[in-house]
Amino acid sequence: MEKYIFFTLSGLAIFSAIMVLVSKRPVHSVLYLILCFFTIAGHYIMLNAQFLAVVHIIVYAGAIMVLFLFTLMLLNLNLANELRKSILARVTAVIAGGLLLVTLVAVLKGLDASGPIMANTQIGMTTNIGKVLFNEYMFPFEAASVLFLAAMVGAVMMVKKE
Amino acid sequence: MNNVVQGLQLMPISYYISFCSILFVIGMIGVLIKRNALVIFMSIELMLNSINLLLAAFSVYHNDPAGQILVIFIMVVAAAEVAVGLSILVVTYRKNNSIDVNLLNQLKG
Amino acid sequence: MNTLAALVPILPLLSFLVIGLNFRRLPKPVTSILACGSVLVSFIFSVVLFFHIKGGNPTVNVTLFEWIPAAATSLGFSFVVDPLSSLMLLIVTGVGFLIHVYSIGYMHDDEGFNRFFSYMNLFVFSMLVLVLGSNYLMMFIGWEGVGLCSYLLIGFWFKNQAYNNAAKKAFIMNRIGDLGFLLGMFILYVQFGSLDYQTVFAKASLLESGNLILTIATMLLFVGAIGKSAQIPLFTWLPDAMAGPTPVSALIHAATMVTAGVYMVARSHALYILAPATMMVIAVIGITTALFAATIAIFQNDIKKVLAYSTVSQLGYMFVGLGMGAFTGAMFHLTTHAFFKALLFLAAGSVIHAMGGEQDIRKMGGLKKALPITWLVFLAGTIAISGIPPFSGFFSKDEILLHAYEQNKVIWVLGILGSLMTAFYMFRLFYLTFAGMFRGTDKQKQHLHESPKSMTIPLIILAVLAVAGGLLNIPAVFGGSSSLNTFLSPIFGSGVEPVGEVSYGTEILLMSIAVIGSLAMIGFAWFRFVKTATIPVTDGIKRPALSNLLYHKYYIDEIYQFLIEKPVLWLSDIMHLFDVYVIDKTVNFVGNATVWLGKQSGFLQTGNIGFYLIAMVLSIVAFLVFGLMI
Repeated sequence: MEKYIFFTLSGLAIFSAIMVLVSKRPVHSVLYLILCFFTIAGHYIMLNAQFLAVVHIIVYAGAIMVLFLFTLMLLNLNLANELRKSILARVTAVIAGGLLLVTLVAVLKGLDASGPIMANTQIGMTTNIGKVLFNEYMFPFEAASVLFLAAMVGAVMMVKKE
Repeated sequence: MNNVVQGLQLMPISYYISFCSILFVIGMIGVLIKRNALVIFMSIELMLNSINLLLAAFSVYHNDPAGQILVIFIMVVAAAEVAVGLSILVVTYRKNNSIDVNLLNQLKG
Repeated sequence: MNTLAALVPILPLLSFLVIGLNFRRLPKPVTSILACGSVLVSFIFSVVLFFHIKGGNPTVNVTLFEWIPAAATSLGFSFVVDPLSSLMLLIVTGVGFLIHVYSIGYMHDDEGFNRFFSYMNLFVFSMLVLVLGSNYLMMFIGWEGVGLCSYLLIGFWFKNQAYNNAAKKAFIMNRIGDLGFLLGMFILYVQFGSLDYQTVFAKASLLESGNLILTIATMLLFVGAIGKSAQIPLFTWLPDAMAGPTPVSALIHAATMVTAGVYMVARSHALYILAPATMMVIAVIGITTALFAATIAIFQNDIKKVLAYSTVSQLGYMFVGLGMGAFTGAMFHLTTHAFFKALLFLAAGSVIHAMGGEQDIRKMGGLKKALPITWLVFLAGTIAISGIPPFSGFFSKDEILLHAYEQNKVIWVLGILGSLMTAFYMFRLFYLTFAGMFRGTDKQKQHLHESPKSMTIPLIILAVLAVAGGLLNIPAVFGGSSSLNTFLSPIFGSGVEPVGEVSYGTEILLMSIAVIGSLAMIGFAWFRFVKTATIPVTDGIKRPALSNLLYHKYYIDEIYQFLIEKPVLWLSDIMHLFDVYVIDKTVNFVGNATVWLGKQSGFLQTGNIGFYLIAMVLSIVAFLVFGLMI
């Protein structure tokens, strides 16, 4: 049972990821990407990382992708006549990617991490995450808020017309 | 609620490794072959997500919440990065009237 | 007493700092008061210290701070006031003060007035450090300090390139000597593990006489003295140093700095008496220099050049005294020489001042009427240097010659010869300047005037000292008590000076020879330059061979130029070629190769981000593969 769910989610994720690249119109890419994110959220739930799953949906699908769509529509970029790189560049890129995949898998397999994931873990629960985050990672958490502020100010400053 | 998905947690870690690697490489190929800066951004998000998933998987595998905390921070940085990145994109568009990355070759020596 | 001893050098230093840092702002009267006042207060303190020491009190040791604490020994920034240094203190601050006062009048309308006085104060400070230092390192600091001031003051009128060259010549020649001094210091340190006078002398006294290392060390120290005190072969800088203002010549190049070498040898007498070979070398170089310079002086026509060669010659006498073991005699001559030579230089300065800058004695003459005070004091100085009793030069020179007679008759004969020449050229200078008719232009004649009070009063004081300076050390034969001998005996000890073996009769005979000879030479000078009124030939007219040789100073400068300067220039030309063709080429090749390589690899920098990314990915792959392979 769990295997079917895993492979379904994974297959859907990979399919939508490929479709992000293949689609001609950027809007379609965005939509496929949202689909991909939902499948990844499914994976989080499978890992019993419930807090992450919810945050993932909120942040990525809810905030980031909306930003993408806004930009797309504001700049009116949704044109089908997409520019393409030369065939040589694309073939090279795919070969390089393939090589990277092979080596990555080889390297990570070398870790000898073939055992099954621990069952019945509770660390992904909101309570647990909250406790760890606000005890051990208090300072990075606060620092992240400063980072956000900087990013916000930076974004506004850059886009503002002189 | 705690045990909703209990029966689903028996996948080996190597599956996650393979899946995340594939997702990562797809994102990377996207960065390499696309000329549309917006799609390149999306590809970057894809790569970040694959890493996030892998981190969460290892976190569960080692029963260590630190990995999931790191995922949260990566999301934070990703959100900030998108905000800044998109504003750069808008500025670029204003300048070139296009978001073709091939036009961004002003660093050429 | 300790505070007093420390204040003596510090006051001129403070004055130097104040004047030097504000030299554009301070008005001239303030500068004058500061500069002269600081030296005057130093002088008063020196007098107090002198009587403190003379009263039989122990030496004053002041350590301002520990300077170089090394493993076994520690070199302090410390001063010592003993009979020897207190005598030098009196000379430096006393003569220094008079010359400062004189300078106020002499430099009054020079635009570099403040600069001049700041240098002068720095010089006094350096000289006091040299004199007061209680170890060789302190002496070396002062040694270098006075060298620097000498350089600055010779080239004081730096707009004249010839003066700058003279300054550089003095500096470089002094460097040669300084190198010897440094090496000598190093040897002493290696040998005795200290540079402190007391320690070094105590340890040296354990060695037997003629010790090789000690001989080498003393020789090297003496090389330093040769440079500083203008002895053969490093004497040519001193006549050229007359380019500086006349007070500088008086203070630095007659009374104090050039005697530093004599002081150094006297200070290290404990080492020198253990090195008879060095003593002999000192005596020979001294007497050679004395004669050599005296012969040159006879044919010079520049009033300051004559005095410069005379200084070189008198310094030679001091070294003869040192070489003969007459340390007191040398210090005595140093003292009297400081008086009469400073006097002569200042009087010459007064003459030059009156003549509107003219220095050629062929264009002077008959200045007696116009400059009565200068005439009188110049006469006093001339008699003193010529060795006519009872003027000061007679006693001091006689003491040196007496010791020479006891030890080495040849040197005595040569010394007498030199003193005869001294009498001749000094009176030649005197007569050509003051006697006969005025030979200058009418305009100069109108301009002739006696110098202001600030110049004449120091002259009169110095003249009194030059006349009476001999009273310091009247020998026993005249019923004197040799008080300087007694005063300095704690330093030089009673056993160092050879005890007089000559009877009083012989001593008086020797004196008579010298005095009668000198008087005869004075008469000859009078006959030649007053009676027959001979004027030295003008330049460009052919001279007899000997006269020509002497007029051109034995062509020493030309010989040095040929022997040293030319080969060095030649060598540096070769080095220049090496520099251009080997070093520059190598360096340029490296640079050009880098540029070429950069240009060649520039095509990698396409500006195409996709290309960069692919390169990055492939690099990551390469790293991972490499990681897998290990």
